[in-house]
Amino acid sequence: MSEDLEFAFALVLSGASIGLMYSLIALGFVLVYKATDAINFAQGEFVMLAGMVVVVVLGAQAPLIAAVVAVLLVMIGFGFGLEKVVLRPLLGRPVVAVIMATIGIAALLRGWGPLVLGIEPRALPLPIGDEPIAIGPATLPPIQVLGAVVALGFFLAFNWFFKKSRMGVAMRAVADNQQVAQAMGINVERYFALAWAMAGVVSALGGIVWGSMLGVDVQLALVGLKVFPVVILGGLDSIGGALVGGLIVGIVESLAAGYLDPFVGGGTKDFAPYVLMILVLMIRPYGIFGRRQIERV
Amino acid sequence: MFHRESGVFKTSYGADMALYPLPIAKGTVIALAVIFVLIVPAIVHEYYLSLLNLIFIAIVGALGLNILVGYTGQISIGHGAFMSVGAYTAANLAVKLDLPFWLTLPAGGLMAALIGVVVGMPSLRIKGLYLAIATLAGQLIIEWTINRVPAISGGAQASIEVGRPTLLGFAFDTQGKLYFFLLFFAVIAIVATLNLVRSRIGRAFVAVRDQDIAAEIIGINIYRYKLLAFAISSFYAGVCGVLYTYYFGIANYEQFQLIVSIDYLAMIIIGGLGSVLGSVLGAIFVTLLPIVIRILMENVGSLFFTASEMANVISGLRLGVFGALIIFFLIVEPEGLNRLWRNIRSYFRVWPFSY
Repeated sequence: MSEDLEFAFALVLSGASIGLMYSLIALGFVLVYKATDAINFAQGEFVMLAGMVVVVVLGAQAPLIAAVVAVLLVMIGFGFGLEKVVLRPLLGRPVVAVIMATIGIAALLRGWGPLVLGIEPRALPLPIGDEPIAIGPATLPPIQVLGAVVALGFFLAFNWFFKKSRMGVAMRAVADNQQVAQAMGINVERYFALAWAMAGVVSALGGIVWGSMLGVDVQLALVGLKVFPVVILGGLDSIGGALVGGLIVGIVESLAAGYLDPFVGGGTKDFAPYVLMILVLMIRPYGIFGRRQIERV
Repeated sequence: MFHRESGVFKTSYGADMALYPLPIAKGTVIALAVIFVLIVPAIVHEYYLSLLNLIFIAIVGALGLNILVGYTGQISIGHGAFMSVGAYTAANLAVKLDLPFWLTLPAGGLMAALIGVVVGMPSLRIKGLYLAIATLAGQLIIEWTINRVPAISGGAQASIEVGRPTLLGFAFDTQGKLYFFLLFFAVIAIVATLNLVRSRIGRAFVAVRDQDIAAEIIGINIYRYKLLAFAISSFYAGVCGVLYTYYFGIANYEQFQLIVSIDYLAMIIIGGLGSVLGSVLGAIFVTLLPIVIRILMENVGSLFFTASEMANVISGLRLGVFGALIIFFLIVEPEGLNRLWRNIRSYFRVWPFSY
């Protein structure tokens, strides 16, 4: 392969693995939206919270497995609690109220986080080494490979869950039509809570891989801002869309950084996804796989 | 506002929407004017005047956001960016062309209105959550652009210093003098909003918020009114940004980041959506809250934290308390402080009888 092609390949590969890690976080967002029609502006803060829990548990000399269990429990509890305390009283209120409530949650977590942990970024070491893994002519850091694998694993698991398991089918019914689901004997409120808990689980894993890659501090929550291009691109209510959207955003971001940065002096990485998103909003607001049910005015 | 009626005797819509609900209200307004123009600046310490100045600026921005969110029912997470558009427009005009504030201020507002319409345009075809996400993208893109384009941001630190505003050779160069400068604009903003929301346009906004399809059926051009709401709202935001610039003497994009958009959302939620008085109360509350927290922490917190940790503790605490308050008001009292105020008033209306 020529040098140019190799450069492009490396960019695409790295973008794809980062993109899969975005998909992981976006999955949490999509799960909540799919089941409860709520927009979670605090997804990044969920990830930050998970990262902080892991760091705290690891800081107490506990083994990694204990930290993983702890973070899963905390995030599931957090998801359940949040739904019960904040989201449920807002049922039936305008969508703007729910959006602002999640913005409030985001501010709350972002505010208290550093009080608990201090402002210095903390490292989150995982026992996977630093040796880059060679894939073709390019290399990837092991954490990115791990993140991509975890994301793919979740994707397969959720795919199975929604297609085959009883709970998953019930959840789809709730997402489709709450009243009919209720008439069929499905406990709608329980599935709302379950959706938030599942978002918590996804964020827990997201917190581990992203925290390990970027370090854990308040800035970790900014990862959540990348969720929006991903889900808009893929379709707000599509799990496959989160995966594809993540891949596209990751690759676009990586290519933009590789080819445009030299001309504009850096930073296109944080810019290109949003331009892409605005374009998608104008042309195809429901995304690649989303339901075409957008109320136009 | 402060007077007590003995009952409701209105017989026409005109009387219901009048700026002065009772003849005595004129007296109240005159009394308030005397207090704020003559008494407050004469007796209040410079430090507290500076707080009032910040409140006046915040009132302008909060009113603008409330027109969009509270009255028209559209959400914007990009108001911080609209403010920065106004701020940088005015700062560039003031520094490069040496224009006076009475030209840069409307210019900043108009530029922000233009950008606001552009950000609003693709998203107004779609509702609610998409709008929130699109304005969020607008915020991030504007932030990035200002930070990266030296022609706008004035180079290295992305900040432009501007002089104090002057009028006919009189410079507003102390807190006491800036007080009058900012009070003037806050009052204009309040009166303009009060009149806007009781006009045809304001009623159309409320109709769009309450039931957009019905609004369209009774002949309101929804698309135009939503864009108009965006334009007016971002005009206020732009003016607010210009006022910040003149107040601090510097335009810096760090003053207008995403967090500022959230601050202003907090103001109107805590104060009361769809209410002018609510915007004012929210602006006062949110501006004073960090100061109260700081005073509390300096007295109590020094027992737990070292001085170097304090700044971070205070900013974290401020954000955390904001978040908690937003959630609290959304769940418990969606109409905010304004509703609490009304409850107090209606309690005293029939006092000492229960009804």
